[in-house]
Amino acid sequence: MIDLSPRKSVAVRTALLFALIALAVCGARAQDWVRTGTNLGVSKIRIAAADFKAASADPQAGGLKSAFDQTLYNDLRYAGIFDVVSKSMIPTSTPGTPQEINMAEWSGAPSNAGYVAFGALTASGGHLAVQGFLYNTAQGQQNPQVLGKQYGGEATVDSSRQIAHRFADEIIQQLGGIAGIAETKIYFVSNRTGTKEIWAMDYDGMNERQLTHLGTVSLSPHVSPDNSRVAFSSLGKNGWSIRMYSLDLGRLMAFPAAGGTTLSPAWSSDGTKLAFSSSREGDPDIYVSDASGNGARRLTAFRGPDVSPAWNPKTNAQLAWVSGRTKLPQIYIMDSDGANVTRMTDGGYAISPSWSPSGQFLTFAWDRKYGPGAPGGYDIYVMDIASKRWTQLTHDSGANDFPSWSPDSRHIVFQREQNGHSEIWMMLADGTDQQQLTHGGGSNTMPNWSWK
Amino acid sequence: MKISNRTSLVMAVSLAAMLTVAGCHKKNPAPPPPPAPPATAPTPMATITAEPSSITPGGSATLTWKTTDATNVSIEGLGTVATAGTQTVTPTQTTSYHLIAQGDGGTADATATVTVTSAPPPPAPITETGIDENAFESAVKPVFFDYDSYDVRPDAQSTISSDANFLNQHPNLKVVIGGYCDQRGSTEYNLALGENRANAAKQALVSAGVSPDRLRTVSYGKEKQFCTDQTEACWQQNRRAQFTLDQ
Repeated sequence: MIDLSPRKSVAVRTALLFALIALAVCGARAQDWVRTGTNLGVSKIRIAAADFKAASADPQAGGLKSAFDQTLYNDLRYAGIFDVVSKSMIPTSTPGTPQEINMAEWSGAPSNAGYVAFGALTASGGHLAVQGFLYNTAQGQQNPQVLGKQYGGEATVDSSRQIAHRFADEIIQQLGGIAGIAETKIYFVSNRTGTKEIWAMDYDGMNERQLTHLGTVSLSPHVSPDNSRVAFSSLGKNGWSIRMYSLDLGRLMAFPAAGGTTLSPAWSSDGTKLAFSSSREGDPDIYVSDASGNGARRLTAFRGPDVSPAWNPKTNAQLAWVSGRTKLPQIYIMDSDGANVTRMTDGGYAISPSWSPSGQFLTFAWDRKYGPGAPGGYDIYVMDIASKRWTQLTHDSGANDFPSWSPDSRHIVFQREQNGHSEIWMMLADGTDQQQLTHGGGSNTMPNWSWK
Repeated sequence: MKISNRTSLVMAVSLAAMLTVAGCHKKNPAPPPPPAPPATAPTPMATITAEPSSITPGGSATLTWKTTDATNVSIEGLGTVATAGTQTVTPTQTTSYHLIAQGDGGTADATATVTVTSAPPPPAPITETGIDENAFESAVKPVFFDYDSYDVRPDAQSTISSDANFLNQHPNLKVVIGGYCDQRGSTEYNLALGENRANAAKQALVSAGVSPDRLRTVSYGKEKQFCTDQTEACWQQNRRAQFTLDQ
């Protein structure tokens, strides 16, 4: 019955093989172009983080050590470029120095680590000292030490966490090629005090602190590239205006109010300009001013809402924004003088653009099937600007909005509303590894990732 | 706290406005002497200046003009005037005062422009009695909008007409027009859309004869809701332009 000649059989097999390869390539592509464009790479480095050795008998050391261990482990896990050996698979030994480590224990099963981070932590007299090492576990190397670092600070849990972030960023820089995000901050809006105020936290959701106490509605925080100021919009007696909070001074700074509904400030990456939406001339349009709010000039002139500008941080020569000129809001891009307007989304309800640090991608919130009667269930998307091809990052998990790129391009922070309640989440830029950063205490919304 | 701040602001601004107006009146000189009749019918000459040339809404400027050899002098918008003189004007928008001097020897003209800057007008104290917030809101009804739209619907025209009628009968009332959106959609986009809704209601009232100086817009987007159910009936309640007393 099966009477294929050898030649025919080979031909069929070859065709089948090609079909399989084509299928595999197509299936992988949707993720790969995002992963390669966002420094995530295609394979992950296997790394283990040993529990650090407590090298002093100071009673404080225990709490400081557990904060340090947990923070270092999470930073490596969140980095997006590591396959971190789980705590249950690492050896129970806690080598404090290179002399104390048995490398075979870490390179062999079940840990199978290519690299191991370890070290010691000493607390005495209110001072905390940390020695951190990163070793390559491969056999027979001339110099297995990749990093050897010393850190000092106050003997507090927060200081211990900050040192772990610094050590993690050194490891990420060394093995991942670009600066990590473990020391970055996220600015956001929380109504946990009863009114929407501007808050800040570390990128991992720890160390939350309230910045503004205006008692009205404050929205859309955007930190300056030098981390000195936070621009946001706030409702006052005469409507919405941009306010400026100095992180250096810990208070509001003077900023001109030009009238009209003025909203959604966005910093250029050189810190010299702000883009925002304002109705000072009657209709909400996109404007650009200098960083002090002076010299504003209008870029758009269509009737209808124009809001939520985002600079191309690579060049500062282009802006993305949201326009309702064709009814439902869509994402557009234009040159920073208002020329070359290009529509990017082809329908639905598309909002909240954020431009990737490389200039290659936009991320935004999109409901592709939005319509009357359909409650807003948005997902986060990434679009390659040159080709306009896009991929969906969130699926069937509440209404997602306000994505903001991390400075390493590898992460996106966003808000997720489920059951009428919003929290801040982060994920890798390919949509994997979604982590909730805030936990209750009102609704937490509109996250903005610091530039460094 | 808020009310006392607002009240003191209103009083301070009103006081400043009164002082400004009083200052201008003092500067008005006596009417000029009548011009000498022309002897040989030379060509008329005319000049007009405005001081200051730029004012904020509600402020005033003094026009000063001189002509020679003219028998009939008029300023567009003010009518026939003396051949030389001064007059205080309070334009609500940037206005060019065009002076035409006609004489036996021909015609001359000159123009002075008073620029009205876009700073918000100083709020005037509410002087109407018997109209509180509740009475106002039962007389001046909100305007409702379609989903993702800021066009005033045909069925809202009668509301606009009766609102405008009431406001025209109470010319001292100042109004805040709040633009509201339902809870679907983006926070930032809805604030811009709410601004468009408030502005559309403002334009409709202006078209119905209400002075734009009395109307101020504030967008609330989806930050303040009249109704919080997840139904179309509720969403419709939230898609509105709401009128409140500006005080």
